[in-house]
Amino acid sequence: MSAPPHYTTKRTAGWMGIKRGHKARPFEWIVEKGILLISFSAIVMVMLIFVFIARESLPIFFQREDSSHPTSVIQVADAAKHSKEELAAYLDMKPSEVADLDAETLKLMLEVKLEAASQASTDKDAQVNTTHWRYLLLPYQWTGYDKPSYIWQPIGEIHKYNIIPLVIGSLKTTLVGLTFAVPLALLAALFVSQLAPPQLREWLKPAIELLSGIPSVVVGTFALLVLATFLQSVFGYQTRLNAFVAGIALGISVIPLVFSIAEDALTSVPRSYSDAALALGASKWQAAWQIVLPAALPGVFAAVVLGFGRAIGETMIVLMVTSASVMSWSIFDGARSITATIAAEMAEAVSGGHHYRILFMLGAVLFVVTFTTNMIGDIIIHRLKGKLEGKA
Amino acid sequence: MSKPTNAFRSAGFDWSSALFTAVAGAATSLILVILIAILGNVALNGLPNLTWHFISTIPSDNFFDIKTTGVLAMIIGTTIRVLVMTLFVIPIGVITAVYLTEYARTGSLYTRIIRAAVNNLAGVPSIVFGLFGVGFFINFVGGSLDSLTGQQGVHWKQPSVLWASLTLAIMTMPVVIVATEESLKAIIPGLREASLALGATKLETIWKIVLPNALPGILTGGILAISRAAGEVAPILFTGAAYYMAELPTAPTDQFMDLGYHIYVLATQSPDIEKTRPILYATVVVLLLLTFSLNAVAIFARARIRRAMRHSH
Repeated sequence: MSAPPHYTTKRTAGWMGIKRGHKARPFEWIVEKGILLISFSAIVMVMLIFVFIARESLPIFFQREDSSHPTSVIQVADAAKHSKEELAAYLDMKPSEVADLDAETLKLMLEVKLEAASQASTDKDAQVNTTHWRYLLLPYQWTGYDKPSYIWQPIGEIHKYNIIPLVIGSLKTTLVGLTFAVPLALLAALFVSQLAPPQLREWLKPAIELLSGIPSVVVGTFALLVLATFLQSVFGYQTRLNAFVAGIALGISVIPLVFSIAEDALTSVPRSYSDAALALGASKWQAAWQIVLPAALPGVFAAVVLGFGRAIGETMIVLMVTSASVMSWSIFDGARSITATIAAEMAEAVSGGHHYRILFMLGAVLFVVTFTTNMIGDIIIHRLKGKLEGKA
Repeated sequence: MSKPTNAFRSAGFDWSSALFTAVAGAATSLILVILIAILGNVALNGLPNLTWHFISTIPSDNFFDIKTTGVLAMIIGTTIRVLVMTLFVIPIGVITAVYLTEYARTGSLYTRIIRAAVNNLAGVPSIVFGLFGVGFFINFVGGSLDSLTGQQGVHWKQPSVLWASLTLAIMTMPVVIVATEESLKAIIPGLREASLALGATKLETIWKIVLPNALPGILTGGILAISRAAGEVAPILFTGAAYYMAELPTAPTDQFMDLGYHIYVLATQSPDIEKTRPILYATVVVLLLLTFSLNAVAIFARARIRRAMRHSH
């Protein structure tokens, strides 16, 4: 027997040279990096929202707003000496608009401005820097008022920017809305997830979720034309459009959200929980109320927290149903929420002016509030899901 | 010896349970009654006034007169802004969802941050998106474009259909991401494994196997995003909607008339609400037909996908 021939295994160049990573398929490598990059966009957007709302609002803390006459008054006769830009800034107009004015109108406007300037200076409040935090948050004794008051009055001789009436307006409508929506939505979630027969559940859930498909401007119209009249005839209060009507309409728009999240939390409780209770002789209601609901309680709480965030950020309904910014805790008085104020006044606020910046500051406040409620709701739901899945 | 405790009294008919079940049922019915009241009220008052003339007429600046006015300009404006939005939101949303389901390790810090960001984006008030549109798109991007192109006058730094669409795209991104993710997760893992075993790369598997199978879910997400965006008014109040435009928008920098904004104008700025009421209701019907039918399709499609998912596992 001869020894088997000796093969010299010569490694082909390929083995060591197999290319890995970006060298093997450069195109796919690029695409996959692109996917990673784009997946970042949600984070980038949240940060951009924060940065750009802050960017527009922060200068308010370094500016000074008072209504005393401007340092240099432009006399009518001197109008020709000033450039279009100076005139535009002086008259709070755009340069293009000033260019379109004929000499007569321009002269008239300068005269009006001059007169206003000479009048405003007589009021002691005109010297007040109304964008100082003290005037944004605390009551102040304005000329013509009997006691120190919280006033939001951004248009007029002296611009008053106290945001407390708006905060109270938002809280008032939101609390009415939640008081109406939360019990209804939670009971419905309990009914749909635990008590209703399966065939009924199949179409009850999508039907209630259809409610969320109605645009808020339509709910607002319904509240304005139908609900306001209906509620007034039932409760018989004075003002037809008030925080109460706005709150109920808000509640209608929040119900589907609270319902969805609560129903989700209740359904994620393992079936074995309620089965065990039923086997011990509990009725369906007892199993739902004493076993399933306590297990899903964090999720139900999250539903309420997220419902709060949604209600306080809702704009069109409150904008359409309420009007005046009244400083009052009564739900049957008018109210103006933060959101509605931004929506109503942004269009007339001069870009870069104090009013504009304060509206952006209100937006930043809203963003921070909803950001916080979202985070809280998110963490609670995450933990609950982990807990229930671990136990199941 | 402890006494045997009886947690649940079950002797005889349980009145309290029956009562509370009835209360919960009543709450559910009340929600349905509200839904039916809104839809019924709109249908009863709106449908009789909905004529072909109304749908097919571009309104003059006196749009408070039922005989001559129409909503064609608003239908076109809303359609354009929603379609432009889809162009941006679908690719970005789908790619993010693909990353989250196909590439990211579940539970890694990065994934959790993305998810938190997506959930947060979904909860940001719509009016804040409007402010963001002004601060970022109009003032920052638009302002930069204007100074870069160096043209005379203002082109980009003003409200326009492009800025409104982009603002809405950011707002509806979570809707698309969540819907796509759901449909990607519903695909059985065996399908991916079979493709990989045959020698396809990961990217080929995603492009040729995963995405085609997830298409119904992606479309559902797109429809949901469209129906949500079509009804939103707050984000476009200062980013592009116009009270009145004599002409239809022809360039990305044009403003546009919008159905939802028009409803707001009709409801709150009419000189005579009794005379405006028929127009208002007819416009609401048009908007609801647009958003609501899309939404209904998406909700029932999603229910079917979920059922299919349950059967496949």
